[in-house]
Amino acid sequence: MSEKTFGLLLIAPAMLFIAVIVAWPLAETIRLSFMEAGLGGEEYVGLANYQDLLESRKFNDTIWRTFYWMFLSVTLKLILGLIGATLLNAAVPGRALFRVLVMPPWVIPIAIGCIGWLWLYNGYFGVLSGTMMSLGITDGPFEFLAHKRSAFYSAIVTDVWVGVPMVTLFFLAAMQGVNRDLYEAAWVDGAGRWYRFRRITIPQIMPVIVSMALLSAIWTFNSFEIIWILTEGGPRSATTTLIVDTYKTAIGNYKFGEGSARAVIIVVLLGLFSLLYLFFLGKVNKYYGAK
Amino acid sequence: MMDRYTKLQIVGIYAALAVFLTFILLPFFEMFMASLRPLEHLFRSPYQFWSDDFSFQAYSDMWETVPLLGRYIFNSVFIATAVTAMTMIFVIPAAYAYARLDFPFKSASLGVFLGVNMFTGAVLLIPLYRVLRTLGMLNTYWAMIIPGVAFLIPTGIWLLRSYLEKIPRELEEAAFVDGASRLYTLRRVVLPLAVPGLIVVGVAVFIGAYAQQFLFAITFNQQRELQPLPAGLYEFIGYQDVTWNQMMAAALVGVLPVMLIFLFLQKYLVAGLTAGAVKE
Repeated sequence: MSEKTFGLLLIAPAMLFIAVIVAWPLAETIRLSFMEAGLGGEEYVGLANYQDLLESRKFNDTIWRTFYWMFLSVTLKLILGLIGATLLNAAVPGRALFRVLVMPPWVIPIAIGCIGWLWLYNGYFGVLSGTMMSLGITDGPFEFLAHKRSAFYSAIVTDVWVGVPMVTLFFLAAMQGVNRDLYEAAWVDGAGRWYRFRRITIPQIMPVIVSMALLSAIWTFNSFEIIWILTEGGPRSATTTLIVDTYKTAIGNYKFGEGSARAVIIVVLLGLFSLLYLFFLGKVNKYYGAK
Repeated sequence: MMDRYTKLQIVGIYAALAVFLTFILLPFFEMFMASLRPLEHLFRSPYQFWSDDFSFQAYSDMWETVPLLGRYIFNSVFIATAVTAMTMIFVIPAAYAYARLDFPFKSASLGVFLGVNMFTGAVLLIPLYRVLRTLGMLNTYWAMIIPGVAFLIPTGIWLLRSYLEKIPRELEEAAFVDGASRLYTLRRVVLPLAVPGLIVVGVAVFIGAYAQQFLFAITFNQQRELQPLPAGLYEFIGYQDVTWNQMMAAALVGVLPVMLIFLFLQKYLVAGLTAGAVKE
């Protein structure tokens, strides 16, 4: 058997599987997005679904909300991840234990973690509201998930909580991979810690920072369970991102056509992200001389 | 010398670590505390941080309140195990091909796999629902296993490929020279050498499979006895009188299997996952 045939044979099963479970449904989604489809049947309506969406102010709000959600969450994940990785990289006793303690949010099912947060955000028996009351910040119980603004930011905090361990882990690994000679040379020249961090650590791990920024962006954009369990997109759509909107339209209201149009828009946006990602990654790698 | 800290710096590092870890572990701590409080105490107002009536009662009561709890935990472990096994069957040959062989459409097809990583099942639910219905898989374990496998294959290929690339080629070449077939070499030379890598990828896939059960379960499965833990517990939140202390106890017990696996293998897992982040 030639190498070519053998190679193709080896990837064939996985390819076939992806074709049936991902590619075909994707094609179906695109087809359905041109249909008025529900439980009753399908009818071709051309671009009407897209037209409705583009003209809808509500959908416009959803898009902006999604990007705001993504931007804020990713920024926080990166900053916290960088701080966390720096702390875990410090040569202090006990760091092996601390490194393990950071991981649980990533290890457990997201849905279970969210049940914990649901409890924390509760106005009557959650510790957050309890602390605020005993400190005198609020008079009565504060329901974090019942108000538009606080629900949105609470959902972001939970999303950051879920995402930070992975980001921290990758930053830490990258920091450990930086050649120690660089630090020692700088140290001999009298460079302080902050200077070494800024001028050696950050540039050296920049490719990983960029990778994580864009991967986190994709994950955050797609984040569904957190919002669904905490608020189901409410109150009054305050936490409805594109993915939640798509789910509500298609699965909640059986509007398959309109849901599919939303799904296609998500796929297109994610595709643009990925192109941006590859573009930036190439640039960064070139700039910082990575392989 | 360079790594020596002053006392003040050490205090600062520990203080910052304490804040960071508090954020990470707070939900777990609260879940645990809630599970210890008797139900009537949970709703006591104003909020009390400490009370003297803590007990482990919820941990025995929960099996009666949530009669299917044991089943949910079993389902979670079973589905995750099945997903992992199936994923590995698809991943191993493909990862080997990408690590070692040269064939047409190599980078294009790898791009397709990685592209799958970009979106989640939430985007494809409607057609996926129809595909599963056509295959007669709705409301069976398959409805949760099959989509799970599809979305873990790309990660698996990616991780295993970078591991296989590190195994020296000479061993395979030696086997070829001795007249071994390609398949024989893969089975008898490469796979045994790749066992540590297979474990890392397997555990990563298992954790992923354990974590992603919620969406597919609530959408494709209506049968309560087949529900995995996250979906099973989620159902209870909607009820009028949620026995929160038991919910929390159940949630904590339910994540024990995956936490234990993680604790035992975390060292290898972390090294394997982040291999790509470290320059060689």
